Amino acid sequence: MGNIDYDSKIPNNVDLGSDRRLQRALEAWQPNFIDWWMEMGPDGFQADDVYLRTAVSVDRDGWAVFGHVKMPDYRWGIFLTPFEEERRINFGDNMGDAAWQQVPGEYRNVLRRIIVTQGDTEPASVEQQRLLGHCAPSLYDLRNLFQVNVEEGRHLWAMVYLLQRYFGRDGREEAEALLERRSGDADSPRILGAFNEPIDNWLDFFCFTTFTDRDGKYQLRALAESGFDPLARTCTFMLTEEAHHMFVGQTGLQRIITKTARGMKTGDPKAQGLIPLDMIQRHINLWYTLSLDLFGGEDSSNAATFFGAGLKGRDREHTLTEHTALNQQYQMTRFSPDGAAVVEDVPLRRAMNEVLRDAYVEDCEKVVRAWNRALEKEGCDVRLTLPSRRFHRQQGIYAGLHFDTDGTYMSAADWQARRDQWLPSAADKAYVRSLMTKAVTTPGEFAPWIDPPARGIDGQPLEFEYVKFCRHGA
Amino acid sequence: MAIESFESHPSRYTHWKLSVDGDIATLVMDVQEGDGSERPYILKLNSYDLFVDIELADAVERLRWEHPEVRAVVVTSGKDRVFCAGANIPMLASSDHAFKVNFCRFTNETRLAIEDASATAGQGYVCAANGVASGGGYELALACDEILLVDDRSSAVSLPEVPLLGVLPGTGGLTRVVDKRKVRRDLADHFSSLAEGIRGSRAVKYKLIDATYKLSRFDAKVAEHARAMADRMVGRADAQPVPMTPVEVEVGEGGDRHYPGLTLALSPEARTAEITITLPDDAGPTDAAGAQAQGMAWWPLATFRALNDALMHLRFNHRPIGTVVLRVVGDPKVALAADALLAQDTWFTTEARHAIRRILKKVDVTAKTFIALVDQGSAFAGSFLELALAADRVFMLDDADGDGVHLAVSPLNGGAYPMGNGLTRLQTRFLDDAAAVEAVMARAGELLETQDADELGLVTFAPDDIDWDDEVRLAIEERASLSPDALTGMEANLRFAGPETLETKIFGRLSAWQNWIFQRPNAVGPAGALKSFGGPTQPVFGWERT
Repeated sequence: MGNIDYDSKIPNNVDLGSDRRLQRALEAWQPNFIDWWMEMGPDGFQADDVYLRTAVSVDRDGWAVFGHVKMPDYRWGIFLTPFEEERRINFGDNMGDAAWQQVPGEYRNVLRRIIVTQGDTEPASVEQQRLLGHCAPSLYDLRNLFQVNVEEGRHLWAMVYLLQRYFGRDGREEAEALLERRSGDADSPRILGAFNEPIDNWLDFFCFTTFTDRDGKYQLRALAESGFDPLARTCTFMLTEEAHHMFVGQTGLQRIITKTARGMKTGDPKAQGLIPLDMIQRHINLWYTLSLDLFGGEDSSNAATFFGAGLKGRDREHTLTEHTALNQQYQMTRFSPDGAAVVEDVPLRRAMNEVLRDAYVEDCEKVVRAWNRALEKEGCDVRLTLPSRRFHRQQGIYAGLHFDTDGTYMSAADWQARRDQWLPSAADKAYVRSLMTKAVTTPGEFAPWIDPPARGIDGQPLEFEYVKFCRHGA
Repeated sequence: MAIESFESHPSRYTHWKLSVDGDIATLVMDVQEGDGSERPYILKLNSYDLFVDIELADAVERLRWEHPEVRAVVVTSGKDRVFCAGANIPMLASSDHAFKVNFCRFTNETRLAIEDASATAGQGYVCAANGVASGGGYELALACDEILLVDDRSSAVSLPEVPLLGVLPGTGGLTRVVDKRKVRRDLADHFSSLAEGIRGSRAVKYKLIDATYKLSRFDAKVAEHARAMADRMVGRADAQPVPMTPVEVEVGEGGDRHYPGLTLALSPEARTAEITITLPDDAGPTDAAGAQAQGMAWWPLATFRALNDALMHLRFNHRPIGTVVLRVVGDPKVALAADALLAQDTWFTTEARHAIRRILKKVDVTAKTFIALVDQGSAFAGSFLELALAADRVFMLDDADGDGVHLAVSPLNGGAYPMGNGLTRLQTRFLDDAAAVEAVMARAGELLETQDADELGLVTFAPDDIDWDDEVRLAIEERASLSPDALTGMEANLRFAGPETLETKIFGRLSAWQNWIFQRPNAVGPAGALKSFGGPTQPVFGWERT
């Protein structure tokens, strides 16, 4: 392995060719990554040529190239946005100090935990989605799935780069562990709960990329403010790719919604093999709330530590004017087990998870507005909504309590009785799965439950052969 | 307040007089009260402060080197009807917490040095308490082999700290009463809460003292006991006085200290220091006589004495520095050659060994993190390996090229340097795992490479050359960021696995409780007992028991 020219094999702007530490780490890690990809990556399509974009630089125009490539040969690169001389930490107790180019010893463990937690989500989503290709609604969508998958793989590389470059032996061990955990595995599950649920239908996939990847966007934005400069620069570039993932989710759902709304003009969507809007709403309720949980507790000492130390900022911290977050309060409504609500002041630093969640919620509301415009355009009166952020929470101050989708407190028994009204039922799942039994593999054709997209990828027509199957594959 | 020097000499003693008559020495405590201009307290009634104790420590050590013929040391007072009133209370009340703790640690080490002289140098101590011995005064008496108290119908021994000051007798008093003198615990309880103390035959009956004599017969009886002590103690025929010359040092900018063979470099902004020991190129004298001819200048002894001095400065004068990096640079074979001499059973090499043992124990009880770094050109070997074993963590470079990075064990690691718990550092490290200790000792004399040292359990982490700088930097930075109090407590708990001894109880249980009490409002609050002592008002206690 020692003779591989990693510098040319792995597109990068981190001077890989002269970094002995990283080369050595990669020698051990890269083969394991490939093994992992073959075992846990997209099932059944590894020999096929997929029209993928590959990041090749960090230039604003032309950072990626498109071309047909077999996924195992994808050139997973390592890119950080360019180094800025004199970048300073712009929030928290270390504000004004030069941004750290090395891990400060006192924050080593905390930073490692942040990076590992972020990094763990990347391979997890690939694992969750590994069987989806077999029921893809079109080659266009199949290609988008694989694009998301390889880029999650690249984001894993980005996090592994940080671990291997800056955290020594511990970092290498953590990098290995990222490949050893498995989504949904009883013994060695992924770190965050939402990443242990399999995603076996495309409605879930589009919800995931809309809502869960959007959590990723806000985590990356908060980390892009980090005083640990390599982390900030890594996350800034990851955001470039993440935008496409959310595009896949938002437009995918919108195409389903449009198709359903159109069908509703002529009759019962189910009778036409379409996905009813109430069923879509239940999936939104599920994935939105699972994703809300990923932000962590509303009142969190970890969040205060991360902010105070300058490790994790707020959404676009640099656009704010006050960066200490001291002597300020954030109002939260807590509920006692008997349902009594109390409005409480929480020190702002402890509320940083909730502050980030606020930005996320606002962004999600925009997405829902876009879907509702699509409904309006089809002349449909139904509107989709986001449930209250108290609804169906497993983390934070609302966990263990029960609220309806408007945020009204209720008993566990009442909630259970109405659960299937709000969240996908077994019948919903069975129905959605019944629509998606096999892949549509003819170029330009789409499954009946989804509208074609407005345009193709990279200026290519919809009939373009986005995935070329090899004879023995698929 | 910076302490400029921890050394002294009888010619400069202010508070003590040392005289030697044949095989009997007399140490007379006659504390000068001072004019109060330099220090904000007056040392009444033979009460002591750090400077009084520095002189006592000097005398105890000096008697071993310069008067090896001495078999008995009489400790007595130059004052009328007062032996010693203990540590000066206004001094304690006006000192900050960290100073108090370091002061107590130092005085404890001095008391232990007295007992060590008796146990290992054949110099027995007779306390001639010719007046009241209260608090630290009685604790000083307790460190002696025999306690004689004058019977003048008023002089008593006492530990009045609890009833009068709301603190503990913190210099081993409680421990020595029950553990050393075997006073029954209920009687000790009674005694320790009795401000005026106990005198006469009852004190003898309780075993608080060995004998009490009328004023008129006291001096004669003291002489008798001293004579008997001198006759009982066994010295060495081959002992030759060696002058205990001062430690050589040049003080650099910012307080760095450069000794021959040792440098203390301070990084106050990082709250770290580096102690680098540099071995000579050549092991020097090839026999014990040659080593003795060099005396204090014999490099192994000089190096450890420099270490002792550096530790004292770190403790008292650089308190925010919490992490100390230890390096030993040179040829491990030079260290092993020195150990071959140190291991010899001559008076001088034995004394040198004992001195090194005492200094290593000071590392153990120093409230700083020690991190030993073993890389190319390191020479943690034999006696110097003890420094790595005393360290809280050992980093050893796993060099890809495989040469130049070594540790070495010598026979001295097998028993010459027991810790306060009575076990060697290897035995403590591999507690109840005699096979692991044997495996290490079986390699004595070899230069151990990193993998061997790692497998033998001698190193904590063995990063390779790519990781080394980062791993070491991160470990030190991380350590320096943790709570200094929690680290002190953690280290004190982890360093002393194994059995309890009088010594570990004093540095562990007694000191820990004392340090807690010293922080409590009941002692140091505005109405606390320590603050109220000698004032017009009674202390006000919070009554909650923890």
